Amino acid sequence: MQISRDILTRSYRSMRTIRDFEERLHVEFATGEIPGFVHLYCGEEASGVGVCAHLTDTDTIASTHRGHGHCIAKGVAVEGMMAEIYGRQTGVCHGKGGSMHIADLSLGMLGANGIVGGGPPLICGAALSHKLLKDNNVAIAFYGDGASNEGSTLESLNLATVWQLPAVFVVEDNGYGEATGASYACAGTQKDRAAGFGMPYFECDGTDFFAVYKTAGEAIAHARSGKGPAMLHVHLSRWYGHFEGDAMSYRADGEVAKQRAEHDCLVNFRKYVSEVSLLETSVLDEIDADVKSEIDAAVIAAKAAPLPEDADLMRDVYVSY
Amino acid sequence: MSKKSFRQAINEALRQEMRRDPRVILMGEDVAGGRGGTGVKDAWGGVLGVTKGLQTEFGEDRVLDTPISEASYIGAAAGAAATGLRPVAELMFVDFVGCCLDQIMNQAAKFRYMFGGKARTPLVIRAMYGAGFNAAAQHSQALYPLFTHIPGLKVVVPSSPYEAKGLLIEAIRDDDPVIFLENKVMYDDEEDVPDEPYTIPFGEANLTREGDDVTIVAFGRMVNFANQAADRLEKDGISCTVIDPRTTSPLDTGTILDCVADTGRLVIVDESSPRCNLATDVAALVAEEAFDALKAPIRRVVPPHTPVPFSTVLENLYMPSVEKIEAAVRSVAAYHVKEEA
Repeated sequence: MQISRDILTRSYRSMRTIRDFEERLHVEFATGEIPGFVHLYCGEEASGVGVCAHLTDTDTIASTHRGHGHCIAKGVAVEGMMAEIYGRQTGVCHGKGGSMHIADLSLGMLGANGIVGGGPPLICGAALSHKLLKDNNVAIAFYGDGASNEGSTLESLNLATVWQLPAVFVVEDNGYGEATGASYACAGTQKDRAAGFGMPYFECDGTDFFAVYKTAGEAIAHARSGKGPAMLHVHLSRWYGHFEGDAMSYRADGEVAKQRAEHDCLVNFRKYVSEVSLLETSVLDEIDADVKSEIDAAVIAAKAAPLPEDADLMRDVYVSY
Repeated sequence: MSKKSFRQAINEALRQEMRRDPRVILMGEDVAGGRGGTGVKDAWGGVLGVTKGLQTEFGEDRVLDTPISEASYIGAAAGAAATGLRPVAELMFVDFVGCCLDQIMNQAAKFRYMFGGKARTPLVIRAMYGAGFNAAAQHSQALYPLFTHIPGLKVVVPSSPYEAKGLLIEAIRDDDPVIFLENKVMYDDEEDVPDEPYTIPFGEANLTREGDDVTIVAFGRMVNFANQAADRLEKDGISCTVIDPRTTSPLDTGTILDCVADTGRLVIVDESSPRCNLATDVAALVAEEAFDALKAPIRRVVPPHTPVPFSTVLENLYMPSVEKIEAAVRSVAAYHVKEEA
């Protein structure tokens, strides 16, 4: 598998940005300065980045409540995201959406989504647009093992096949829907579900960027070639709770520590590219330093940014009313 | 100009907009019918024939039969609207919104606000509503208050074929999600409808008649009932203003308040369930904004708080009627505030 130097550095930067963004939110949330809920994507970075490495701004994705990683992977500006999470007027959604609703349609990011199973039907529609407008773009629904049991998701698998849509259904299977294990809550297998709807099934280790990149490439190529939808089942682990403040008593002692120690996508990426001499350590170190200052700056800017004004309350309910 | 039925007026609006704009597509259960069957294509053209012939003219890519799978295709319509198409999705009976409300309420309606003004969702959802068809509790509801309650949606309840054509073209050209509700009992109603495309703006009520004594606000099919009641009352010297708000969201509150200021007496006719419906909404508006103008209590002509019954005798009992409206108007016209001693 050939991966260009450009894709490698951009992907590493994206994964590092997500990691630092989320680790920083973990710290800042604990101070009480961030309103609402946040759901962190730490541990899952290689999935969003490995998939989005195959996309351009005109391809569409829909995300989940755990959406920061997908936003960053699709190119949404970190400063605007951080300001949004702080509820500031300068946020990407002007403080109207918050963590669970970050969107940037100009980048093909159809939104994080507060409703489990909200995205897959929307992605059928985005894929229908791509198909009828003949723009050769694809639409990707990210959703979790939890959402894989929603009727809206199962209906979407059917509709996408019936209409032969250029869509990929990416099941990010972190083993838990909130506090309930997927081994309990998901009947059968994702593979059999894909087969049941007659669509090709791909799976990969979601903590290995190279595995995700390769497999997602195959699934996306299938959809882009007009052969209909595909399912990509990504196995991964989340390192924090369902939301910040979740003590994760439903996970055995050591489960997360083992994941962090053995399946850190960034550590493994660095190790691999050094071993096979794809990228120099100095390049990676430079990216790390850049990202660190970018996140620092985003937090400082967010805290200093203006809050929404009273007039913002009534703005943008409609295009016209 | 020619006589057209409510059904034909809607079909013509869809056809003319699809000819005008290739981004306009239709989707829904059996909007054509026949796909995958052994017989003819475009077999039904909608369960009551409203979209007949459109697939034949525009093809299977633009008139899409869907599986019976409301959550997926209503959501797909929202997603397509946010990404460059202008879908008109048919929900068949509005009661089926129970299967896909999330995609309307939490997705399409919220995109623009949640995303800080960055989304446009030019989506129309057409659906049939209303009792009077012996269709019983799951196929007869008048759920426009439910949609009116949700910020981000516009809600249209046309009262005649002329209104239906102009309001539907307006809905398709509108850049916000619009719920367009067609009273199923009206599909064969006929009147003169212009052949060329035209629009009727949202949020501008139509006064179907003007009078001095009582203001009647009525929605959808009830406008026709109110006009019939007003004809009868006219003979007894009670003259009524009848307001057809056309859209429940936006609601033309100015016209309602102006008319109540003139007559001082208000009857509201709404065939939806009586709690938290449009009648309560208009009554609250008038009580709050025009209290000093009122010469009599506000009366609401609404169904009882029950599911829609099946049997004809019960359904007739359930529905607002010309007689019930007439009685309500007579009672407010005869009301006089007692002078304080």
